[in-house]
Amino acid sequence: MAQHQNHGGHHSHGSMKEYVIGFILSIVLTIIPLVLVMNSILSKTATMITILVMAVLQFVVQLVFFMHIREGEKPRYNVQTLILGLVIVFTIVAGSLWIMLFNKY
Amino acid sequence: MWENIKDFASTFFVTGDPLIYGADVSIVLSIIAIVFVLTKYKKWGWLWREWLTTVDHKRIGIMYLIASLLMLFRGGVDALLMRLQLAFPNVEFLNSEHYNAIFTTHGTIMILFMAMPMMFALFNMVVPLQLGARDVAYPFLNALSFWLFMLGAMLFNISFVIGGSPDAGWLSYPPLSQNEFSPGPGQNFYIWGIQISGIGSLATGINFIVTILKMRAPGMKLSKMPLFSWSVLSSCIMIIFAFPILTVTLALLFLDRFAGAHFFTMDGGGNPMMYLNLIWMWGHPEVYIVVVPAFGIFSEIVATFSRKKIFGYKSMVWAMMIIAVVSFFTWAHHFFTMGTSASVIAFFAISTMIVGIPTGVKVFNWLFTMYRGRISFKQPMLWTIAFIPCFVIGGATGVMLAVAPADYQYHNSYFLVAHFHQVLIGGVVFGYLAGIYYWWPKLFGFKLDEKLGKWGFWFWNIGFYVCFMPQYALGFMGMTRRYYTYGWDRGWADLNLVSTVGAFLMGIGFIFQVWQIAYSIKNGERDTTGDPWNGRTLEWSIPSPAPFYNFAVVPQVKEMDDWWATKEAKANGTYKEEPAKLEPIHMPKNSGIPFIMANFWFLVGFGFTFGWVWMAVIGFIGVFACMWARSFQYDTDYYVPVEEVRRTEASLGRVV
Repeated sequence: MAQHQNHGGHHSHGSMKEYVIGFILSIVLTIIPLVLVMNSILSKTATMITILVMAVLQFVVQLVFFMHIREGEKPRYNVQTLILGLVIVFTIVAGSLWIMLFNKY
Repeated sequence: MWENIKDFASTFFVTGDPLIYGADVSIVLSIIAIVFVLTKYKKWGWLWREWLTTVDHKRIGIMYLIASLLMLFRGGVDALLMRLQLAFPNVEFLNSEHYNAIFTTHGTIMILFMAMPMMFALFNMVVPLQLGARDVAYPFLNALSFWLFMLGAMLFNISFVIGGSPDAGWLSYPPLSQNEFSPGPGQNFYIWGIQISGIGSLATGINFIVTILKMRAPGMKLSKMPLFSWSVLSSCIMIIFAFPILTVTLALLFLDRFAGAHFFTMDGGGNPMMYLNLIWMWGHPEVYIVVVPAFGIFSEIVATFSRKKIFGYKSMVWAMMIIAVVSFFTWAHHFFTMGTSASVIAFFAISTMIVGIPTGVKVFNWLFTMYRGRISFKQPMLWTIAFIPCFVIGGATGVMLAVAPADYQYHNSYFLVAHFHQVLIGGVVFGYLAGIYYWWPKLFGFKLDEKLGKWGFWFWNIGFYVCFMPQYALGFMGMTRRYYTYGWDRGWADLNLVSTVGAFLMGIGFIFQVWQIAYSIKNGERDTTGDPWNGRTLEWSIPSPAPFYNFAVVPQVKEMDDWWATKEAKANGTYKEEPAKLEPIHMPKNSGIPFIMANFWFLVGFGFTFGWVWMAVIGFIGVFACMWARSFQYDTDYYVPVEEVRRTEASLGRVV
């Protein structure tokens, strides 16, 4: 739009190499939990912990390789948004556990 | 063969109810009428070029507005049917199943297909103008959002003549919404109608955050941004965090229904209560998503019609930003009675009371703005003033509901029904109507007639209290929501009749407003100044209706309420005219892809609704083909030459 006419081409949004690495990493991080669950390799607790760790790593891979978290002009926005996002994710996960675990028994 | 077709048609089309046959006939007749008019006056090309493919935020806003008014009509008719059924004991107007379908579609349509698009209409009509921008950050995505909403809404709406309406309540709780208890396409219509329009809502949230953060006119720091734009920012932050939760929750419910998963089933390790937990994580912020922009509208209107700067600008901004965060910590108050630990209940009861505080702050700020102001009671201000007592009562009953032990009494009673209608009508509907009256001249170039508007206003307001005040009492008398009939022995007859009368008064109010719009198109006072209310913010500095590029010259902002400051400087003689230098204006090109892609999404939704996977696959192929085509489109923008800008401005009575 008029305010930023020099759009396109100026900021390089990562290289082919980065995208390929990100793609492979995210696929691997998806396959690991699937294999673990389908073949029941680990105990229940260990499976859950592994899935959670894979989920967090997946989150990091997405942010770094596809969302270009390191590149913004004003990293302050990125950090603020990320913190709010983490607070909300924590609320969703921890809040659900807190509410629902009582309900289970 | 013939038997097969007959069989198919009798399940495919909804049959057996005279009301539905009436609707069938009127739908067919209106389609024929529309096609006839478009063909006779050779308007198909015009429709495609000027509307279906447009990426202009103002036109998209107008389309949202039209769609939301139609949905208000549909949801309103649902409400009147329900009130007729409940007007007297033992009425046999609707049977229980039809009643269930109607209260379900009433709720879903009013929140998701009336309030949301009316809100997006106001976002689109106002935000870029208020920021001094020429369009939103992503005009193409904006058009796509609209068409996804529109086709999602249509998918949901056809359910009452094709396949059968959803009837498991507006939030579609399992286990009732599972295959076991709700076989057939009804629930699938619900899921896909909301999913498709939900993607659009999410995209709109992103679009307006970027617009607000990146597209403000030079000099407009965040601390000088008008409050309506602040409220949009707050609302959009909630949208981008809340809507993914809805998408995931409905996707899980669909997997349960379609693929036999067990997320929310009663057996196989599922837990239907988890659905309540997840859906309200979206559902509670959703209430704030729709009401916060109304707060922004009131802030603009109160300042303009009191001829004063808004009182407590900073506290207003803080209040809206705090609501954007705290609204995510209150969801469990929707299911206190589900049964959980005392500490959970205590936490959510307190957080619910806390989220009321910033709202209280805002009410005081509006009152202090009016204090010693020169108030003029034009239509936007009337609705604003009516909102305050209405919302205060709604807020107070909300805090009553937040008191967890007492909630066990109010839960799912008509007390609750009255409460949320009071905040949603008194807050959201009054707010959006005020906003529509306020910004209407900017979009259309004429004012809406005052006299007819006042008739509408009083019918709405009196009707509102007549309708909902008795419902508080009915709640205390033990009437729970979703009853489709009741006996004389309950003693609810008188109050229910009063309530029905009130609902019809509101219906008359709506008819007055439709009349008002029709009348004003011909006879409304034309706005030749571009500033009909003596406004304060940038949108009033340009002609009405706003030209397609909004601002011939991008404004340089120096003050908060910059246009007001400019006018004052002009009056004092201290205004320094800066020579305006016209430059070619960079604009996005129209595109048919959003419309086509949304239609393919409709195929996806319709296919999954009836379990016709082949149709869904065709839809998905179409969606990806559209994305593919768009990715390789490079010719997406153009420049408006200076000469054309000068001509357009001259035709609007401005010399540049």
